[in-house]
Amino acid sequence: MAPTENTHSVQDMRQRRQVTLYGLTWSMPIVVWQLIFFVFPLIFLFVISFWLVKNYRMVPGFDTINWIKMFSKGYFWDTYWRTLGYAGVATIVTSILAFPCAFALAFKVSPKVRRWALFFLIVPFFTSYLVRIYSWQIFLNDNGIFNTLFALVGLGPFQLLNNFFGTLVGYLTLCLPLVVVLQLISLANVDRTLIEAAHNLGCGRLRTVFQVIIPLAKIGIILGAVFTFILTFGDFVSPYYLGGSKPPTLSILIIDTTKSGQQWPRAAVVAIVMILTLLTIMFASVAAAYRKRT
Amino acid sequence: MMDKKKGKDHSLAQAAQPDAGRRKILKGAGAVTAASTLSVPMILVPPRANAATELNMIAWYGHGEPDMVEEFEAMHNVKIKAKYYAGGDNMLALIAQSPPGTYDLVLSDGEFVKLLKEAGYIETMDPNAYNMGDLFDEYARFEPHWMGDTLYSVIVRFGYLGVSFNTEIISHQEASDYNILWDSKLTGKVGHFDWHLPNLGCLSLRDGNDKPSPFDINSAQWSKLQETTLSLKPQVGGYFDYGGTFASLKNGEIYAMCGIGDWITGVVRKDGSPVDSVIPKQGGIQWTESYSIGKGSNKQDLAREFIRYITSPKGQVRSIQMAAYPGMSPYKSGWTAINEANPEEAKRQRMTFDGPNCIDDLREGRIHFRQTPVQQSLEDWNDFWSEYKNA
Repeated sequence: MAPTENTHSVQDMRQRRQVTLYGLTWSMPIVVWQLIFFVFPLIFLFVISFWLVKNYRMVPGFDTINWIKMFSKGYFWDTYWRTLGYAGVATIVTSILAFPCAFALAFKVSPKVRRWALFFLIVPFFTSYLVRIYSWQIFLNDNGIFNTLFALVGLGPFQLLNNFFGTLVGYLTLCLPLVVVLQLISLANVDRTLIEAAHNLGCGRLRTVFQVIIPLAKIGIILGAVFTFILTFGDFVSPYYLGGSKPPTLSILIIDTTKSGQQWPRAAVVAIVMILTLLTIMFASVAAAYRKRT
Repeated sequence: MMDKKKGKDHSLAQAAQPDAGRRKILKGAGAVTAASTLSVPMILVPPRANAATELNMIAWYGHGEPDMVEEFEAMHNVKIKAKYYAGGDNMLALIAQSPPGTYDLVLSDGEFVKLLKEAGYIETMDPNAYNMGDLFDEYARFEPHWMGDTLYSVIVRFGYLGVSFNTEIISHQEASDYNILWDSKLTGKVGHFDWHLPNLGCLSLRDGNDKPSPFDINSAQWSKLQETTLSLKPQVGGYFDYGGTFASLKNGEIYAMCGIGDWITGVVRKDGSPVDSVIPKQGGIQWTESYSIGKGSNKQDLAREFIRYITSPKGQVRSIQMAAYPGMSPYKSGWTAINEANPEEAKRQRMTFDGPNCIDDLREGRIHFRQTPVQQSLEDWNDFWSEYKNA
């Protein structure tokens, strides 16, 4: 190897190291933040799952009884699979409902309309989620606005509250605007020339959507779905206030576990299972989002 | 006087000198301005001697609100700072997490007084310091508040739990039997306040477990109670917290609930909703609320004063009509006072001396004290409640 080449490679390495240090310095706040507010609490959560509760006080120790108790309860697994199912359904419904809206905003409307639409999609976040959920009760209850309107045309009353439909309405309230925005950002960045090329090559409109636009906007669509899954999987408000806690989800089980007997260690077991589930789903989805086409 | 005059003359002379004098005058003016500016806030700050003392209370929601404490605060120049909890377990955990002496006043349900005492969270109390002689006989020596001959808590109010219902759907007579909850017209319309103790207590009464108590049941009775409860599941429309219970009864989503009472429907009725509560023929459950003095409190005298106040006729009138949720008075003078102040409310809560009243229910043995399970663990009941919710 020539001496000049050698010198160059050493310089490259130094430069790379400098860049790494520079990058590290800038990324330090997020690392510190994640350590303090995610990693350390997670470790603590794991540790307390082995503690015991005596006279309403947590006593440090190492006992697997909480894990054994929770995993041996049929209602824990029933609740787990139900919560997974609820979040899955909410993810699919939200993504399907959001896509036409995001598509229209990305391709069919003027930039001015798009800006206004974005504004109106963000506005709901100005108010508390809990307040929005409570206000849905006025619409959905037996004597509520929807059933009153149905009655005018001789229909109903329909049970819209205290069931999965009510919970789903709550989930959509939480996630739909966010997913539309995420999908919109992705769709707006799709290269228009590729769409034109598809049309020039005789590709029909629907086929272009499914074979050109959706694959190109895959990252935003999957991220939107992941966010929906994460938010709904851990949501307490909608299943409690619109679903009537009937049947309960894992977040309600955590509340129940802590409310009676102050069983925080057992609640920690439920929380860890939830976190592990979400991490698995998230890594799988992100891998799918960024996977190159073969 | 001379000095002052001299001083004045001297400064005038200095002011007459053009160079150094102007600077000094500006400096002096600046100092005066600064001093007066700084002194303004001092005028606005009230003298320290008048600063209100803080009295820390841990209680159910509503007990530290102005409608309950403003008069006492004004009388004693004290500020009551309330920490609210939701449930006795929550209360015990909050106290356990706080240093001794954090809470001067501890409001608890009767069944938790023993646990508070065992954990060393409350002081002993002198029965002679309170209006104990004014209590109805049934509460004169209220067993959960005494450990041997030592008093640990002083009762403030009580109420009954039975069936609460929508009066447009169910009649009083129908609601007077727990079996109405299984009626086909209530399918999907039976609600639960989401706490196992009052619900299972009432359903235990429905099973006939009234002797010695619906909470003191053997394993066969416990199995039967689980069976009874699970059979109610198809009727259930939802499980609700405090706010959800109010909303579901008010908007007509739920027609009947067991394990709650006038503490909920009394407030919903004020809004004009057609709801009421009744003690079914199989019996009802009783809740009580009482004040203890927190262990290590350094304001025990003031805490004692507050308990005296809230158990006095004036305090009882407020307690009976508490905005958050009403409660009945165990004090005879409280009854007299509410009959003078608000006869309608006295009649509504059946606190009248002539004719049948709420104490009669106790005397007839229809009411059972709410307590933690005797023969099973609290965990068993809680686990079953989770199973029931998932069934």
